[in-house]
Amino acid sequence: MRGIAMTPIVEVNDLRKRFGKEVTALDGVDLAIPADGVFALLGPNGAGKTTLIRVLATLLKPDSGSARVAGIDVAADPEAVRAKIGLAGQYAAVDDYLTGAENLEMVGRLYGLTAREAKRRSSEILDLFGLADAASRYAKTYSGGMRRRLDLAASLVGRPALLILDEPTTGIDPANRREVWNLVERLVADGTTVLLTTQYLEEADRLADRIAVIDHGRIISEGTSDELKQRTGPAVIELDLPEADRDAAAAALGLDQVASGDLVLPAPDGYADLRAALTALDTKGLHPTGVNLRKPTLDDVFLELTDHRPAAVRAES
Amino acid sequence: MTAIAAPTNPSTGRLFTDTAVITRRNLRHTLRIPGVLPLSAVMPVIFILMFTYVFGGAVTGSLPPGAEDEYVNWLIPGLIAQFALFSGENTAAGMADDLQRGSVDRFRSLPMARLAVPAGRTIADLVRAVFTILVMLGVGALIGFRWQTSALEVLAAIGLALAFAFSIAWMMVTLGLLIRSAEAVQAAVYMLVFPLGFTSAVFVPVETMPAWLQTFAAHQPVTVVANALRGLMLGPDALPGGHTVGGDVLWTLGWSAGLILLFAPLAVRAYKRA
Repeated sequence: MRGIAMTPIVEVNDLRKRFGKEVTALDGVDLAIPADGVFALLGPNGAGKTTLIRVLATLLKPDSGSARVAGIDVAADPEAVRAKIGLAGQYAAVDDYLTGAENLEMVGRLYGLTAREAKRRSSEILDLFGLADAASRYAKTYSGGMRRRLDLAASLVGRPALLILDEPTTGIDPANRREVWNLVERLVADGTTVLLTTQYLEEADRLADRIAVIDHGRIISEGTSDELKQRTGPAVIELDLPEADRDAAAAALGLDQVASGDLVLPAPDGYADLRAALTALDTKGLHPTGVNLRKPTLDDVFLELTDHRPAAVRAES
Repeated sequence: MTAIAAPTNPSTGRLFTDTAVITRRNLRHTLRIPGVLPLSAVMPVIFILMFTYVFGGAVTGSLPPGAEDEYVNWLIPGLIAQFALFSGENTAAGMADDLQRGSVDRFRSLPMARLAVPAGRTIADLVRAVFTILVMLGVGALIGFRWQTSALEVLAAIGLALAFAFSIAWMMVTLGLLIRSAEAVQAAVYMLVFPLGFTSAVFVPVETMPAWLQTFAAHQPVTVVANALRGLMLGPDALPGGHTVGGDVLWTLGWSAGLILLFAPLAVRAYKRA
């Protein structure tokens, strides 16, 4: 056990995968994930997150390159990898017409537990996930949040060395999202290593010890949340302008593109940069309706790195 | 550490356990999802009533003596053969549904036997086939169907129909895994089963068809199975000239075994790549 803790739980070398001639889903991914805490794979839709997850979960064969989970090569011994992982996909794969307990007992049996062990493990996890009261109800009667929790519970039945969560909070409401976060944090406290994908910066920021930003099938940056934030310098300026003035203002400030919403520019020199920016706008007769000098968020990093505004930010702005 | 078994090469015992677990899961779906079981008997019953009363009068004259001049006697064994084929639509759609809902992803990420998911589907659907066959025999009896042989031979006929249904189910599991969408699966399966079901001896004797169609219709599996079931339920007089009950039974078993040998490996292959 000690030996495994020293080596990364996931090691990926030059992993490539194409779908047909057009789509390059993974374009030479290198990654090492420490066997400890939460690792987030952050990227927009179509960046290659799910493809990478599917390779690691032995659901998809890569075209070239190698991947090891818990020291085991996914291509050479997928069966052994499956015994080490728990997977919760993008859609809660629970059976509507089985009860919560039956869903978990089934998964337990398929991990090789005896009927009695599966029953014990099932009730243990239902307790842990606050589903004990609903254990004997069909999953069909569960709320969206409960279904997601049951799905998460199913991925833990086999006590995986690595828990893989593909967009665990996509499509659920904020209250349930917070609940899933709390659960993940508790699992990590119990020693489970978690690899999750997300399009939500807030989620990566809140949960992850380390974050890899993936775009167009490549890892474009990796580090702790704070390290990533350093990439845009210590501060950014955020300017709010009337819609009609936005293009002119971007030109005056030397920004090449304008996303909808506020103008954001790096401010390595803090207040001096803010004053310079305001002067530049003033000479063109442009007047911001809102001005903010603040620390960068992962949002800004993401924008800087990928040229995409992440979906979550677009929706909220 | 916990007592989690993590075999890198699942044993035969593992295959049986996993298949039993998946079969039980699918059976629970069949029994619990409202309408599944009753609805699987609706189409066969409609076919029985429609063909007996609409076509029965026109066809009776050309039936072999074993039918005792009752179209319903001729029709029921034939329709049982046809529905062994038609009920495959449920199998294919169920498999595609498991894919779409993410269940197949979950199963594939578990250290379980690769054969268990397709096998669990085909075995569970046999139970539905038993139900459908019993309903067909019951409704048939109500409107005048009388078998002309022993109960033992009728039981053998039911067993034979199930063997054929089981082999068709393997083909349908493969289709479901390859086509992936429950709606598209339905269209594809109908395209396959309707022509096969109707260019057979299920509804009319093959001799009434044009010569070019006769050769195909006389030898395709639905006709073979229909003949075998008629032989077992009505006696040798219900068979076309030159056929024996034993011969048609053997042909049916041959078709069933052949379909299973062909499609079981294909189903597992499609499952691994799903």
